[in-house]
Amino acid sequence: MTGSAGASAGGRTVLSCRGVRKSFRANLVLDDLDLDVGEHEVVALIGASGSGKSTLLRCVNLLEEIDDGTIHLDGEHITDPRVDADRVRQRIGIVFQAYNLFPHMSVLANITLAPRRVHRRPRAEAEAHARELLARVGLADKADAYPDQLSGGQQQRVAIVRALVNSPRLMLLDEVTSALDPELVGEVLALIRDLKDEGMTMLIATHEMAFARDVADRVCFLDGGRVLEQGPPAQVLGEPTQPRTRQFLRRIIEAGRL
Amino acid sequence: MTTTHSPSPVQQERIAYRRRQTIRSVLIAAASTAVVGLILMVAVTGSPGWDRVRASFLDWRVARQALPSVLGGLWLNVRLLVFCAAGALVLGLLIALLRTLRGPVFFPMRALSAGYTYTFRGLPLIIVLYVMALGVPGLRLAGTPSVLVLGAIAIVLTYSGYLAEVFRAGIESVHPSQVAAARSLGLTYRQTMRHVVLPQAVRRVAPPLLNDIVALQKDVGLISLAGPIDAIRAAQIEVGETFNFTPYIVAGALFVLLAAPLIAVTDWVTLRAARRRA
Repeated sequence: MTGSAGASAGGRTVLSCRGVRKSFRANLVLDDLDLDVGEHEVVALIGASGSGKSTLLRCVNLLEEIDDGTIHLDGEHITDPRVDADRVRQRIGIVFQAYNLFPHMSVLANITLAPRRVHRRPRAEAEAHARELLARVGLADKADAYPDQLSGGQQQRVAIVRALVNSPRLMLLDEVTSALDPELVGEVLALIRDLKDEGMTMLIATHEMAFARDVADRVCFLDGGRVLEQGPPAQVLGEPTQPRTRQFLRRIIEAGRL
Repeated sequence: MTTTHSPSPVQQERIAYRRRQTIRSVLIAAASTAVVGLILMVAVTGSPGWDRVRASFLDWRVARQALPSVLGGLWLNVRLLVFCAAGALVLGLLIALLRTLRGPVFFPMRALSAGYTYTFRGLPLIIVLYVMALGVPGLRLAGTPSVLVLGAIAIVLTYSGYLAEVFRAGIESVHPSQVAAARSLGLTYRQTMRHVVLPQAVRRVAPPLLNDIVALQKDVGLISLAGPIDAIRAAQIEVGETFNFTPYIVAGALFVLLAAPLIAVTDWVTLRAARRRA
């Protein structure tokens, strides 16, 4: 395994996973996994379906309990069972493959739920901030629409705004374009590129190799529950050293995805 | 820009054919209804005992005489319905929520609520009613409420068992990804339930909930067995005085009238829910 490149990008380390292990019954998904993400760094996780990309993101967000190892966020040990998980999650934003917007709430209500209920912001203030963010992602006119009135790309942009509104230290993006029609992928990727330019720290699980090459500072190839190979996109995607990485990329190229 | 589209001969022929088919269906439905109605009427009024049945069940004079007291009794049913429906909805939701709690601390609550729904869904309402209205006063405890209140409690106990299961089905029908999304925003378990899960769950199970309220509407009449003078009890008293069963028919008709708006609302909610899914 290549050494930790996390500290080199930003200086401070935001996320630090050490020896993380997670299994679902007999299925060992993460096996002694180490990963660091530095401040303002964008790390892309690639790997075959079932290689543990989504599981890792869910573990970082404490939606799943890990079976061994530690995860630190800004130096705080968040996998300590005495830690208040709700408070940790407030500092991490996650965007899901299937958007997971609340269907019974308008776009504005979706976005202002956490600011109002978790952070106790006054309604007017929370809504003004939400409208501002919506305008930035080009959805100012959709504030009062309901999720089922929006296209997939629009829903995913709302989901990203909903995660952003908490001003998270770290954004986790879980295959955010996999459920989208090809012509809608671009608008979501453009938004993520904007986030990178603003310095957001992101951990992105993706199948979009072109996007990983374009936006990521570092690409990590997950295989067998660990980071098998990592480095700058050009190196991992262009001249992979591991046979498994080469095999994976060959299959991606055959499928016309790179 | 809009050009008026004139249908082609093929389309005109299709429209004409469909119109002829519609008229034909309406005529067939009308004829079939008339035939069935006629057969029923002949079968009932032509039966050997029809005159006696009509005299003892459909006496217009007795009906008019019984109407005021039966109506007076019905007012009690209406008040009971409102109280019992509200009580059963609140208690049912509470029991359903207890059953969804996770963690070892809440094991007694889960066990209690599971035992509750098993018991009260299995137990006939009449038996609960007798135990509450006749058994509890027998304890001679100070501050025992009236038989009416005890009867109402019996109905609430029974129906909250059913409603709890409807609520639980609704809560479990909300996809786990919704909970994950809410928790990832930093919402607590309680906030997630209150703002994300319950609103979706209640909307989804509104039709079956209302259906149970319609069933409750007529079962509040069972309270007459414990003594309070509701519509059925009032009808029974009138029957005892006139030796004519017409007051029961009057009470029955009033119950149907009372249920009609509730059923209409249920149908409307069901239709709306179906349309929203489409």
